[in-house]
Order: sequence, then structure tokens, then C-alpha cells
Amino acid sequence: MSAGPQYARLPEAGRFRSIVDFYLTTMRTSVQQQFQYRVATYFYMFGMVAEPVIYLVVWTTIAEQRGGSIQGLSAGYFAAYYIVWTLVRNMNIVYGAPYWEHRIREGRFSGDLLRPLHPIHNDIAYFAGSKVVWILLWLPIAFALTLVFDPLLDPTALEMGVFAVAIWGAYLIRTMFMSALGMLCFWTTRGAAVFNLYMTSELLLSGRLVPLPLMPDWVESIARFLPFQWAFFFPIESLVGDLSARELLGGLVVQAFWILIGLGIFTLAWRSAIKRFSAVGG
Amino acid sequence: MNALRVSLLFLKVGVMNELQYRVNLVVQLFQSAITLVTGLAVLALVYSHTDELNGWSQSELLCLTGIQILMAGAIRMYVEPNMSRVIDEVREGTLDYALTKPEDAQVLASVREVRIWHVVDVFSGLIVLGFGLSRITTDFGILDALAFAVALVLGGVMIYCFWLVIATGAFWVVNMWHVAELFDGLFATGRWPVGIYPGWLRVSVTFLVPVAFAVTVPAEAVTSRLEWETLLLAVVFAGFLFAATRWFWRFGLRRYSGASA
Repeated sequence: MSAGPQYARLPEAGRFRSIVDFYLTTMRTSVQQQFQYRVATYFYMFGMVAEPVIYLVVWTTIAEQRGGSIQGLSAGYFAAYYIVWTLVRNMNIVYGAPYWEHRIREGRFSGDLLRPLHPIHNDIAYFAGSKVVWILLWLPIAFALTLVFDPLLDPTALEMGVFAVAIWGAYLIRTMFMSALGMLCFWTTRGAAVFNLYMTSELLLSGRLVPLPLMPDWVESIARFLPFQWAFFFPIESLVGDLSARELLGGLVVQAFWILIGLGIFTLAWRSAIKRFSAVGG
Repeated sequence: MNALRVSLLFLKVGVMNELQYRVNLVVQLFQSAITLVTGLAVLALVYSHTDELNGWSQSELLCLTGIQILMAGAIRMYVEPNMSRVIDEVREGTLDYALTKPEDAQVLASVREVRIWHVVDVFSGLIVLGFGLSRITTDFGILDALAFAVALVLGGVMIYCFWLVIATGAFWVVNMWHVAELFDGLFATGRWPVGIYPGWLRVSVTFLVPVAFAVTVPAEAVTSRLEWETLLLAVVFAGFLFAATRWFWRFGLRRYSGASA
């Protein structure tokens, strides 16, 4: 027997159905909540849009100085890249490490543990529901950005299909890795520095800052062995770039691979973390 | 004069309070190092694809980066903590304790907090600025230095005014947090000279959120490209903003009825 808390087992027969039911209900609740706070959500989204607009302006300026393109990437490509970026970024905002810190410190975690389901299910389902609303709220912003920046976007049906799946893949990859990182909060209250380091590595190695081909070759080779680009560069490039059908479908497989790796790390970290947990407040 | 004495006293107490948590210095050093390395990496990346960005060489942009880090550090050290506290206290009703004291309420609201460890960012910004300056060949005279100091102080005052307007907004709208996040996003525009932005954005980050005055104008001063008209405009605008902000704060206070006890 492990020392950690035990969950009450769901009745095996209806197990799958109860989980599906749980996901659908949580997502529905989340959709309704997000619609209530749409003004707050919009402020948040406007703040977020500043980041890609800055990158876009910088790279467009350089492209124009160099006669229209950098390494074959035109101003229109950059515009498309960073507009799609805003949606992908929206999709891969997840319950990160700071949230784990918060829920432990405020004592809410004790309540979460009492549920007969692993808390990660709630995290995934709740944000998945929010994403539906965010995608809707994102559409006017994308429209405005399109008017201002004139993107070059001409996706095929396959590209659109892969993109629609890849943004959810990105969501799951980032959920797994950020939750795994959040496990650090069971050991220290000064995790902020480590999270910062993680976010910085992600910024540079994911395609968040700049399309990966513009990075020096050695950076690109490092990025190849890390999960970051599959939550940023790949989903964006699947819609904006010129990937072959093989690359597109292969990319989805790699995403699945990283989701499983992330899940593995999270599960391992969770097992030892939960043994250390002693309730605070609640 | 009394206001100054009160400010200094609060500063002293605040610093002494923070000095108790010395491990935070190590954490802050680490965080500042990350900020610095990221900034330099981005700069190196941009200049690996071009020699100049809108007329700014790499060394000149290094100066600008230094000023942005310095200014961000100063804001996080002294402006943001105070303004966050006002926003929180309006919601919780504890602002009344500050308002009943026999000192100017705006002064009190603006000086009660200091996060001294962010001073690390101020120093790291200064070092980057110094390094950038040492690589610039143009003469850096006493007049440039003076213009730089004036521009920097004016920029700081304008950012303070902007934050005070936001904090005052809390008298009407309780949830101002997303606006604060909007500010963080917009302040990031300061990492690049405002000249590269399209017109509508340039106007926004100059007059709506005075990032341009806080970062680009001081950077223009150290790179000898500042025109005296710009500095004059900064003086006039800072004066106007300060007066308008003070009026707005008092207007908000008159409307505020207290939410406490």
C-alpha cells in the first residue's frame, strides 16, 4: 500500500461513461462561466495580442529592409504566422505551475483530492471548455489583425483539418508538461525562478518568439529533441506553412508521442508528490 | 517638504522589511539573469538577420534594452507595488486607513510599498546601458547625459501617472487586474524603438501608455539623436499628465465612499 490518499474506485462497468459524462458537464459549466466574464476575457486577450504584434512588426521591418523577405519568408508569411500564433497561444494557456502553488497554498487542493477522480481530469476538462469560448472571442480579433496586417494564408482542406486537431494536441502537450512542472510546488514555495527558466527556454525553442527556421541551426537542432515546438511551431506551421501530407500527419503522431511522454513524467512526479502533501488550510 | 520626509521614512521601513528576506535576493538575481540573457539573445537573433533596425545599430539598441530593463525594474520596485495595494485596498475597504491620516492622500498612496530586490534589475539595466554606450563611437557629452537624466525622470513620472489613473479607476471598476496585464503587454513594446511601429500603435504607446517617453526618448538622448523639441514635448506632456492625474485622483476620492467595516 502506498501512503498517499486512495481514490474511491468508480464502478468498473460504467467507468468510461462516467468519465465522458464528467468531461462534458465540466466543459459545459466552463463555457457558461466564460461567457459571463467576457469583458474580462477580452482585456486579457488584448494584453496578449501585444506580444505577437511586437514580434510581427520587428520581423516585418527587417523583411522590408532586406527587400521583402528573410530566408524566403515574406512579410505576408510573418503576418499569417503571428495571427495564427494568437489562436495557438490561446489554446495552450493551461493550468500552469503558479496555479498549483495557489491551489495548495489556499487549501483548495485538499478538497480536490477528496473527489473520486484524479484532479487532472477536472483541469483538462475545465480549460477545454473555456477554449471553445476563447476561440469564438478570438475571431473578431483575428479579423481586425487581418485587416491591419494583410496575411498570406491559403490553407488546403488537409492543412485545416490537421490544424484543428493540432491545436488540441498542443493544449494537451502543454497541460502535461506544465502540470508536471507544477509538482515542484509540493517541495518548494520558491518555484517561480524555475518556472521562469522553463518559460524562457520555451520562448526561444518553441517558435513563440520567431518561426524556428530563423533561429541559428544549432538552436533548431536542440529544439528538435524537445517538446516545445510541438505546442507552438507545428500547429502554426501546419496552417501557415507548406508542409507535405506526410509531415502534417507525422506531426500529429509526434504530438501524441509527446503527450504520452508528458503524461508519464506527470504520473511519476505525481506519485511522489502526493506522498509529501500535507494539507494547508481548507 | 513634509511629503518628502514621509516618503523617505516609508522607504526606509520598507527596505528594512524586505532586507529580512535575504534569500529573495538570490531568487531575484536568478530572475534578472534570465531576463537579461533573454533580452540579449533576442537582440543577437534580430541582428543576425540585419545590420540595423530602422536606423538603430546593435549597440544603440543595446542601450535601449538597458534602459527598458532599468525602467521596468524601477516600476516593479516602487510604482507597481503601491498601485496594486491601492487597487486591493479599495476592494477590501482598508484604504480608509490611509485616507484618514493627516497627510496628502496621493503621496501616502504612492510611497507605502517598496520591493527593494528589484533594484537588481535597475543595476543590470545600467550595466547593459554602459556596455552599449562603450561600443558607440559618437561623442557622449555632458549635455547628452543631462538630457538623458531629464528624459528618464520624466518618463518615470509619466508611467507613474498612468498607473495612478488605473488605480483610481478601481474606485469605479473593482476588477482592474486585467488592465494591469494589458500594461505589462504594452510595456514590452518598449524593447524596440517606437519608430518601427505602425502609426496607430506608435500613438498609443506614446500618449495612451507613455512607454515611448519612458524608454525610447531617453535612449534617443544617449544615442545623440534626441531633438530638443521632443524633450520639450516630454516636459509639457509630463506636466499636463501629472496635473490631470492629480485632478482625476481627487475626483475619484470625492466619489469614493469607503467599503469597509
